[in-house]
Amino acid sequence: MSWPEQIYTVLKSLDVRQVAYVPDGGHAQLIRLVNEDPDIHAVPLTTEQEGVAMLAGTWLGGQRGVLLMQSSGVGNCINMLSLIRTCQFPLLALVTMRGEYGEFNPWQVPMGTATEGALRLMDVHILRATAPEEVGDVVRAAGRMAFLGGSAMTVLLSQRLVGAKVFAE
Amino acid sequence: MSGILSRTLDRRAVVARLLAGRQGLAVVAGLGAPTYDVAAAGDHDRNFYLWGAMGGAAMIGLGLALAQPDVPVLVITGDGEMLMGLGALATIGAQQPRNLSILVLDNGLYEETGAQHTHTAMGTDLMAVAGACGITDAITADAMPDLDGFSARVHRIGNAPALAVARIAPSHALKVLPTRDGAFVKTRLRRSFGVDNG
Repeated sequence: MSWPEQIYTVLKSLDVRQVAYVPDGGHAQLIRLVNEDPDIHAVPLTTEQEGVAMLAGTWLGGQRGVLLMQSSGVGNCINMLSLIRTCQFPLLALVTMRGEYGEFNPWQVPMGTATEGALRLMDVHILRATAPEEVGDVVRAAGRMAFLGGSAMTVLLSQRLVGAKVFAE
Repeated sequence: MSGILSRTLDRRAVVARLLAGRQGLAVVAGLGAPTYDVAAAGDHDRNFYLWGAMGGAAMIGLGLALAQPDVPVLVITGDGEMLMGLGALATIGAQQPRNLSILVLDNGLYEETGAQHTHTAMGTDLMAVAGACGITDAITADAMPDLDGFSARVHRIGNAPALAVARIAPSHALKVLPTRDGAFVKTRLRRSFGVDNG
C-alpha cells in the first residue's frame, strides 16, 4: 500500500468525515481518494487558516476532520490556532514538507525551515514520518492523540518521503 | 451608497428578530459586537461565542453545518470579520451547504477599535461578493421588512446557503459580555447534539 493509501485507510478507521485541504503535490493521491469517498466531505480551501476554523466547527458538530496542507500553509494558520488552544479543540493536520531536503525553490526554504518552530510556538504537538512504511502508524498515533486525547497534532511528512519537486527546464 | 450615515438598522433589533423563537438553531457569533449582540438576545446552549479567531466565523459555521446537516446553522458576524475571511465565501459557495446562513452586520466600521472605515464603506459589496462566489441567495437589508424571508430561512433547511448583509447604524448599545470560556461553550454545544466526550 502506498503511503497516501495508508493515510486514507487510517483516516477511515478513525471515522474522519471531513477533510479540508489546500492542494499539494504530495497530497494529490490522498485528495483524490477522499474526493471519491461518498462518506467524506472533501473541502478545498482558499487558505489553510480556513481549515483550522472549519475543523473547530466539525468537532462542535460531533464529527472528526483532518487538514491537509504543505509546510508553507502552516504560517497562514498561526493566529487561527488560538481558537484551537483557547477552546481546547483537537486538531489533526497532515503537512507535506517543502524546503528541507533537495528543494530546488529557495522561496520554500524560509517557511519550511520555520514550520516546526511555528507549530511549537502555538502549542501544536509534532510527529514526523520519513520512511514510507511508518506513515500509517504515525498518522494513527497522531489521530489517537487528537481525537481520544484532545491534543492539537501535526504529522510532518518529510520532503525525503514526499520527494523533492522536479521541474523540467 | 456606501456611506455610514445611510446605514440605519438597529443591530440589536436585527439579531433579536432573527433569533426570536429559535428551536434547534445553532449560532456562531463573530468576535466583537456580534458576540455581544448574540449574548444580548439570550444565552443558549447552541451559541458559540468568538472572542478572537478573526476571519474564522463563517468557516466554523461550515464545519458545523456539514457535521450536522439536519440542524440549521447561523453565523452572525461583522463586516470587518467577514472581510478578513473573504475566501470563506468561495469555499462555502463551492460546498453549497443547505443548512448554513450568514448574517453580516455591516456598519462599514471597525467600531471596536475606534470606528475606522472598513472596505464596505469604500466600495466592497459583500452581497455581490457572495453572489459571485455562488451564494446566490444573498440580500442586502436596509429596513426590517427586508429581512422577512431571511428570518424564516435561517431556522429551516433550505436548498442552498443564504447570506444577508444588514446595513446597521453605528451603535452605542451596552456591551453584553458572554463567557470567555471557549472550552465551556464548545462542550456545551457538543452536548446539545448528544456528543458527550471532550
